[in-house]
Amino acid sequence: MEAETPGLWQRINAVFDLQLIWQSLPALFDGLLLTIELVAISLIIGLVIAVPLAIMRASGKPWLSGPIYAYTYFFRGTPLLVQIFLIYYGLGQFHWIKTTFLWSFFREGYWCCLLAFVLNTAAYVTEIFRGAIQAVPHGEVEAAKACGMSWSLRYRRIILPRALQLVLPAYSNEVIFMLQASSLASVVTLMDLTGVARVIIARTFAPYEIFITIALIYLALTYLIAWGFKAFEWRLTHHLRDRPIVSTTRKGAATEPAVEIPTPTPLNR
Amino acid sequence: MFDYKGYGHFLIEGAQMTIIVAVLAMALTVAMGLIGALGKLSRFRWARVLADLYTTIIRGVPELVLLLLIYYGGTVLLQHLGTLFGREEPIDINAFVAGVLVIGFIYGAYATETFRGAFQAVPKGQIEAAMACGMNRNQIFWRIRLPQVWRFALPGLGNVWLVLLKATSLMSVIGVEELTRKADLAKAPTREPFTFFISAAFIYLVFTAISDFGRHWAEKRANVGVRRA
Repeated sequence: MEAETPGLWQRINAVFDLQLIWQSLPALFDGLLLTIELVAISLIIGLVIAVPLAIMRASGKPWLSGPIYAYTYFFRGTPLLVQIFLIYYGLGQFHWIKTTFLWSFFREGYWCCLLAFVLNTAAYVTEIFRGAIQAVPHGEVEAAKACGMSWSLRYRRIILPRALQLVLPAYSNEVIFMLQASSLASVVTLMDLTGVARVIIARTFAPYEIFITIALIYLALTYLIAWGFKAFEWRLTHHLRDRPIVSTTRKGAATEPAVEIPTPTPLNR
Repeated sequence: MFDYKGYGHFLIEGAQMTIIVAVLAMALTVAMGLIGALGKLSRFRWARVLADLYTTIIRGVPELVLLLLIYYGGTVLLQHLGTLFGREEPIDINAFVAGVLVIGFIYGAYATETFRGAFQAVPKGQIEAAMACGMNRNQIFWRIRLPQVWRFALPGLGNVWLVLLKATSLMSVIGVEELTRKADLAKAPTREPFTFFISAAFIYLVFTAISDFGRHWAEKRANVGVRRA
């Protein structure tokens, strides 16, 4: 009896364990859910904190702007890993914290990580948003002042909406970087996508298959986010675009710009 | 003010290692950036595709994942290659080398974009004048383009350097004894994690401040003789 000659599937499987990937997908999916949860919560809370801070920072009053600058300088100038360690390990040095109810939070990797992510993204978004506020065309602000708008009315009607539109490219940058930064949660033993992957690899010794799989997942998510922001920007800048050119070919309408992944700049990494 | 309990030298050694690692990785980054930018601007389609793939993949995947992939995956790869040649004992990749190579390679993708913009910013009139003088492509590149690309690339490279400096802390995960790792090691015997991590954070801030200063100086040097509106 001759053994079957290995088919194409078996040959691929011998080099690259597709079977293992298939079996790991449920665990990886759970990790993915935690990753999305961490990223989404950090971004939302960070944004809520950052907008008022940015307004204060752009106000020009040194007693408001100074402390906030110190905060953003610290959190943008130090690595995220050090920030996570500071909260996760560092707070344990203060024995009085252990006596309060706060300790039940800070003992867990989840809350420490979340706090670090929130503080980090809030710092970057504060600076990004401040840049956007200061980039609102001064003519529009002057016109608002000439119309007799109060400070809050000016901000509500003119400055903030315009700044929101200006901030979109840089903010999409920030969301993508937050997604990539979330992989650091695995260092404090959280079971996010990277954390689950490391556990599977420790058991099966198959780093290639698993890491390449999660790399592809991260890549897909990154593209999704970039595409989503591009589409949102497209809708917001309706009034700034030309009318579609009606040409003699069948594909007449203006086409969407290609999706790009943004580069880091000083304000956003 | 801070009591390092005799482990203060950990911080100094860690800071030294961080600088060494960052400088070496930056050298690789600049090299990869130049190669990548030339690839993106090349007249050969395969070079453009390769360079695009490079920047897209690197910028879409977390650095930690790439680092772990190369470090652990590379070890397994060397293991398999070793058994092919009959060597059974475990082969290790040096964590330092792996870390520098990966960080340099990753930020090379960002440097590629910087250099691409810089090459495209060299005034076209100068290229045309060079062609009118009869220079061939090679001469134009070495005499006109490359000397001027630094002036345009410096701001972007300065940013890449700052991000790279902070990314070196990721190497602590694979055991390289740089600042973050040293602070991590010192926390157990002294039981003062906050002291050490806040000091490490402060050292990173000092590095950032020095880098800002250095970048300002370099930009002034590079822009000598340029008239500003």
